[in-house]
Amino acid sequence: MLLIHCPYCDETLPESEFAYAGEAHIARPADPSATTDEEWRDYLFIRSNVKGAHYERWRHVHGCARFFNAVRDTVSDRFLTTYPAGAPRPALSDLEASE
Amino acid sequence: MKHTDDFAPEDLPAIEVLPPAARFSLRARPAQAEVLGRALGLTLPGRVGERTGEAGREAMCLGPDEWVILAPEEDGAAIVQALADAYGEAPHALADISDREIRFRVSGKGTLDLMAMGCPRDVSAIAPGRGARTVFDGATVVLWRDGEEDVRLDVWRSFAPHVRDLLETGRAELAAGL
Repeated sequence: MLLIHCPYCDETLPESEFAYAGEAHIARPADPSATTDEEWRDYLFIRSNVKGAHYERWRHVHGCARFFNAVRDTVSDRFLTTYPAGAPRPALSDLEASE
Repeated sequence: MKHTDDFAPEDLPAIEVLPPAARFSLRARPAQAEVLGRALGLTLPGRVGERTGEAGREAMCLGPDEWVILAPEEDGAAIVQALADAYGEAPHALADISDREIRFRVSGKGTLDLMAMGCPRDVSAIAPGRGARTVFDGATVVLWRDGEEDVRLDVWRSFAPHVRDLLETGRAELAAGL
């Protein structure tokens, strides 16, 4: 079982309390009616599917119920960091440097 | 297999359903917590998992902007009025969830073992006097750890029979030495 650090509870807790919520930092187009079909398709469905550090959303659903962001290595399943929703995307070089 | 009644009850955790209480979900920005706490007659805890209590009223911080308030049943109307009066000064959302949850108390020897059967979280790491919203075999529960081997569980009404059955089964397993 993964242990995930919730940035709001400030505790490292079992995965069963959390729900995965897809890739993070995907901004909804400000004016959807002005987008082309291809842009709208990309926004809705096309994801990066990286091998390695993945920026993703999680929700502490059986806890504080807040959404937050995490960087997880999709190969090793190791969490590099978690940070509150709305916080700027941490640069990967900083995360690797802090290890 | 021996029935749980064949074992000395003092060696097993006791499971009881507690009488109804007034229960509220309070959502507000943390900056409003001081005013709202004053209206409630207690200090609203600032960090997730912390609890405070005053004169029969209890509050626990469930999230950065969410609290649960417990009070004697007859105290409910006074809380609604007190917070309505404070609304102008401190905007908030108060929902009466008294009827939404059933409250169990599990106490006595083996309580932590029983909790470990359903909770992935290490309940022994929640200090007595604190609490948490967590999960018990798929059902969200608000867990109040009152003592070393003394916890209360607030369970949504529809999940209560499921949780109750699991607790009873766990108790039987403890009795059988499993």
